[in-house]
Amino acid sequence: MKPNSEQDLAQLITDANGPLRIQGGGTRSYGHATGDVLDMSAMSGITLYEPGALTIVAKAGTPLSEINATLAAENQRLAFEPMDHRALLGTAGEPTIGGVVAANVSGPRRISVGACRDFLLGVRFIDGSGNIIKNGGRVMKNVTGYDLVKLLAGSYGTLGVLTEVSFKVLPNVASQTTLVLTGLDDAQAVHAMSAALSSPYEVTGAAHDPSAGKTRFRLEGFVDSVAYRAKELVQVLAPFGTPSEEDTDWAAIRDVSAFADQPGNVWQISVKPSDAPALVAQMGAKAVQYDWGGGLIWALTNGGDLRAKLGDLKGHATLIRGVADVPTFQPEPAPLAAISTGLRKKFDPRNILNRGLMA
Amino acid sequence: MEMPAPNASVLSRKDQIVSRLRAVLHDNAVISDEAETRAYECDALTAYRCPPLCAVLPSNTEEVAAVLKICHEMGVPVVPRGSGTSLAGGALPTADSVILGVAKMSAVIETNYPDRYIKVQTGRTNLSVTGAVETNGFFYAPDPSSQLACAIAGNIAMNSGGAHCLKYGVTTNNLLGVTMVMMDGTIVEIGGAHLDAGGLDLLGVICGSEGQLGVVTEATLRILPKPEGARPVLMGYDSNEVAGQVVTDIIKAGVLPVAIEFMDRPCIEATEAFAKAGYPMCEALLIVEVEGSDAEIDAQLALIMEIAAKHNPVELREAKSSDEAARIWLGRKSAFGAMGQINDYMCLDGTIPVSQLPYVLRRIGEMSAEYGLGVGNVFHAGDGNMHPLILFDANKPGDLELCEAFGADILRLCVEVGGCLTGEHGVGIEKRDLMTVQYDPADLEAQMAIKDVFDPAWLLNAAKVFPLASSEARRAA
Repeated sequence: MKPNSEQDLAQLITDANGPLRIQGGGTRSYGHATGDVLDMSAMSGITLYEPGALTIVAKAGTPLSEINATLAAENQRLAFEPMDHRALLGTAGEPTIGGVVAANVSGPRRISVGACRDFLLGVRFIDGSGNIIKNGGRVMKNVTGYDLVKLLAGSYGTLGVLTEVSFKVLPNVASQTTLVLTGLDDAQAVHAMSAALSSPYEVTGAAHDPSAGKTRFRLEGFVDSVAYRAKELVQVLAPFGTPSEEDTDWAAIRDVSAFADQPGNVWQISVKPSDAPALVAQMGAKAVQYDWGGGLIWALTNGGDLRAKLGDLKGHATLIRGVADVPTFQPEPAPLAAISTGLRKKFDPRNILNRGLMA
Repeated sequence: MEMPAPNASVLSRKDQIVSRLRAVLHDNAVISDEAETRAYECDALTAYRCPPLCAVLPSNTEEVAAVLKICHEMGVPVVPRGSGTSLAGGALPTADSVILGVAKMSAVIETNYPDRYIKVQTGRTNLSVTGAVETNGFFYAPDPSSQLACAIAGNIAMNSGGAHCLKYGVTTNNLLGVTMVMMDGTIVEIGGAHLDAGGLDLLGVICGSEGQLGVVTEATLRILPKPEGARPVLMGYDSNEVAGQVVTDIIKAGVLPVAIEFMDRPCIEATEAFAKAGYPMCEALLIVEVEGSDAEIDAQLALIMEIAAKHNPVELREAKSSDEAARIWLGRKSAFGAMGQINDYMCLDGTIPVSQLPYVLRRIGEMSAEYGLGVGNVFHAGDGNMHPLILFDANKPGDLELCEAFGADILRLCVEVGGCLTGEHGVGIEKRDLMTVQYDPADLEAQMAIKDVFDPAWLLNAAKVFPLASSEARRAA
């Protein structure tokens, strides 16, 4: 099934007599949705781009690469730096902007500028009953009615099939540099990242790789400004050592390339940074990577239920790669699970959209 | 503005309701005397007033839960209230409602600098959140102009913005977690000190739901390190078109100012007469502020001034000192007060795509002549959030209605050019009946379905946000 328009899609959903598995580029394969594939790739194209208003609107099946290229031509970008899951998950295909939104995918810059959902200004979608629904719009400030924009971001298609999304974009930067500290243990590394992120020097990436023993800090902006802030940040980091300036491939950090060629399950764990080192110590993973100043842990394991080792987790753990007899997403406390179930019943009463993916 | 008729059964049970509430709260936390409930008859949309059945001022989450449980059992409508600064009537009571005020709940529960958050009770004012962390070099970014008085509870309900959101975002971008009491008294924790939701983004839909989904009693807020410094530049132009083009050119040049403020001639004239900030008399005035170290500010302002100079400004003034910076901001910050000196005014906050600025300002000018009511425009140009201030005389019969009709026409125009009805004040009762201009029935149905899940009996602030005709069946059920 490959609809060409909102009307087609609405009709197709109305007429569906079984579950539908929504697919953009098919590159983010985690979770266990069942049903016939609903291929969104034909609903593609940028419908509006106003560089002077920092706004872009595109159909959900638009390739992310097309959006990135269009923005780059005007020296702008999606600031939340969406991760490319292909190498980690061993998938092929072309990531789409709808997929990015459905999974609320961000990257290292999430720690300073916000997540995909923070830049998302508007959505159009078809709910599980075939209704065409819009929310938000194309302007940066909009509190008109409830914010279904945030609700749809990260709902993995279980509330509706996205057809069009609009974003706030930001100017590209003239230069960047990375300061690197070596030899810190996890706890020291998180302290150092907290110190850097508490400084006024606008660190836009703070990641720690325990196996390489490297803690990295990214600065971006105008050339003189980056030079100045790098100098100041060296002072901030002095208690933890003397950082060196190194060329760093932040796309590799974003895409967790370190785990791409290693077998095992991969978990994505969101916690408050200062909790992270102790949790890592108790989870007994084969390897971990820290991003978001310690607030994001990527864990590589041999299988099993990582959550069982984390106790009463103040945060959430998602199984991104691998098979385990556990839910993909963090189980919610009963009252929240009841709300989530209630919302899904309202938006998809027949439970046909990505059935089984989130609950 | 029509409000639903009060429920006679609730009115007749007032004594019984009050006595049950008194049983779970301190005596002075239940206000039922008719003289005293008048203090809660309106918020900052003062044209509409109605004393509530009673008002309660609980001290903690458990007391809020006890109140809501009673109201739920007895079928009593509840209107949550922060500091009552809503310009949209978000806290306007109905005669059969209990006002649930969070004013007594203003404590700081936790500050955590390494993880960069603060947890507060939601009756705390916006400015005092920053007050609690600024000696450690941090601040809370959303800065609505009522920040001295407005409460975090109301900020979350309305997803409040401010002048600096081009860089820092609005409330929803700075809210990490909440403790919320559902209408049936259930206490839920959503989010926390970590980032992003593990399941559906319930936090995202609660923020901006205008107190219709639950009562948020505690909030975990992201705090940011204070920038080294900030400095504005002021520029004046002979036309709105040119000023609009300057805004676009600055944004396209890759500079991201923290604020770009715009004032039109009527507003400049009013503020000059009132505050004497030394603004040039011209059609359009821009204040652009950037942040960083002194050298970084110099570099950014040089780039901005270069762009500004290309468009033949009437005046181009860079703040060289904090004193000069304060003078540049003085007029802008007194704009509302200045307009208030002239007459009563109604403040709208529709948002438009920045590219539509000159057209929208021209149309507002034409409509102003048609309606015979003056209007001044002051707004956040970087994000297109307008603040037309329509002048009227509250003592002149028919003037308020004329002003409301003019305002509605401006908001229709905002939607027509691709914008929205409200950028930061919320819908409340003020824009409730215009929702159908922006949203189709299916769009509104999807939103109301969310309320059905959180508050199936439609007891929480139910006469707001949705046109009464759209929500009638649900409210009556």
